[in-house]
Amino acid sequence: MSEVRARVEQVYREDSRRILATLIRLLGDFDLAEEALHEAFFVAVERWQRDGVPDNPRAWLVSAGRFKAIDVLRRRARFKASQPLLLAQLEELEQSEWDAEDVEDDRLRLIFTCCHPALASDAQVPLTLREVCDLTTEEIARAFLSAPATIAQRIVRAKAKIRDAKIPYQVPGLNELPERLDSVLRVIYLVFNEGYSASGGEQVTREDLTREAIRLGRLLLELLPDPEVMGLLALMLLHESRRSARSSPDGELILLDDQDRELWNSGLIAEGCDLVERALTTGRFGPYCLQAAIAAVHAEAPTAAETDWEQIVGLYDVLLRAVPSPVIELNRAVAVAKRDGAQAGLTLIEGILERGDLQDYHLAHSARAEFCRQLGRVGEARAAYSRALALTRQEPERRFIEGRLSALDRLLSP
Amino acid sequence: MKYLCLVYSDERLLHSSPDSPEDAECWAYAESIQGSGRMVAAEALESVQTATTVRMRNGKLSITDGPFAETKEQLAGFYLIDARDLNEAIQVAGHIPAARVGSVEVRPVRQLNV
Repeated sequence: MSEVRARVEQVYREDSRRILATLIRLLGDFDLAEEALHEAFFVAVERWQRDGVPDNPRAWLVSAGRFKAIDVLRRRARFKASQPLLLAQLEELEQSEWDAEDVEDDRLRLIFTCCHPALASDAQVPLTLREVCDLTTEEIARAFLSAPATIAQRIVRAKAKIRDAKIPYQVPGLNELPERLDSVLRVIYLVFNEGYSASGGEQVTREDLTREAIRLGRLLLELLPDPEVMGLLALMLLHESRRSARSSPDGELILLDDQDRELWNSGLIAEGCDLVERALTTGRFGPYCLQAAIAAVHAEAPTAAETDWEQIVGLYDVLLRAVPSPVIELNRAVAVAKRDGAQAGLTLIEGILERGDLQDYHLAHSARAEFCRQLGRVGEARAAYSRALALTRQEPERRFIEGRLSALDRLLSP
Repeated sequence: MKYLCLVYSDERLLHSSPDSPEDAECWAYAESIQGSGRMVAAEALESVQTATTVRMRNGKLSITDGPFAETKEQLAGFYLIDARDLNEAIQVAGHIPAARVGSVEVRPVRQLNV
């Protein structure tokens, strides 16, 4: 018995999202598909024990799920005349509908539907994590520091909109693909960033989220080998490669320059750099690929002092032309400072702040503070660090800035 | 499935922005949707200054001038279309010429439970 149970659990781990994706296509209803999925796995434990494990467990489970859904619809039909059409369609389905390779397309359909831009943006991430990654509502709430009820409500509303506004369960056509893919990539990157530089709370990183984001990136690349998908996956892998170097054992933040590069994960770096090269050779790359290329230049420098800042500034120039954004300008300013000195970087950052951008972005103020400090302008450095401190919510970052502030205080009153 | 595409725009800009469509272009687009078989109805509306709001409260009819709320954008027209799903409705809505100066709200039509 325990052997069969272990096999069922294995199939659940490996295939439950594929089966769910196919059931959603066949049933056209997220909630009905989830109910059918769980019933199918429940039945599998008993049946496989009695009749043996089927040759194609996945097809068996989809088929069992379909029968369960027919039962549910029949029960509902007894109470009210609902969905007789769906019931009839479901009964006529042929096995070939879920045997073929297009079950892989079902997973892609599921991703595109969960990341549909017509869904509220604060619902796309939880819905994707719930349906595509099988995280529970509680796990998602914990990861995003919100209440499970809030997350559950967003997911319920999103599913209701999919049903009532009839958001189709399909991979967009070529004419819509670029903008729809942007939305999918944005969701994956949001998941990654929330895990990598958690916007609040005690820890610098929350590994479970970065792991899920990378898993999603790999899945998407397998299903849709687009250069920007390669770029995003590469970007995530290259950031992830520095995980154990970017905070000390007691949770303090370590800047890129001060990181022990021996701790960087060379396997992830090699995979990331390889993807960047593949994406660049297509000539159809975009912002994710350019950001990954910048991360790759860092990754390939044996020491911080040997970083090729000339190349990084050049990549930021291309990136800024592709997506003008003050945050990218800020990053470019930091690279320019590395190449030409702190004064050059400070001039650029002051330009950004003076036109009113990034006033509330703590990293803009801490970069400004750092350049002032390097130039010996201690009073201005102190004021800028204080501003950054007031704006950051993340504990390790707060401690880092406080450390810089007290070092400046020692300079002022020895 | 039927979708109502509500075209909103700041009335002062609707006909004066460099991107503003001429009536002929709006007419041609409506014709093309008609030709594709997805048109149920479409009309452009007179200015919101011509609007009258009607309410029934406790059996008493109340009539007031203008729309129910002050907003930056006003309803300028509508399309009622038949589309396969939201994606198709979005494609129709996005190419309504006035979408260049205003915005189009796409709302599925609810089937009454009768």
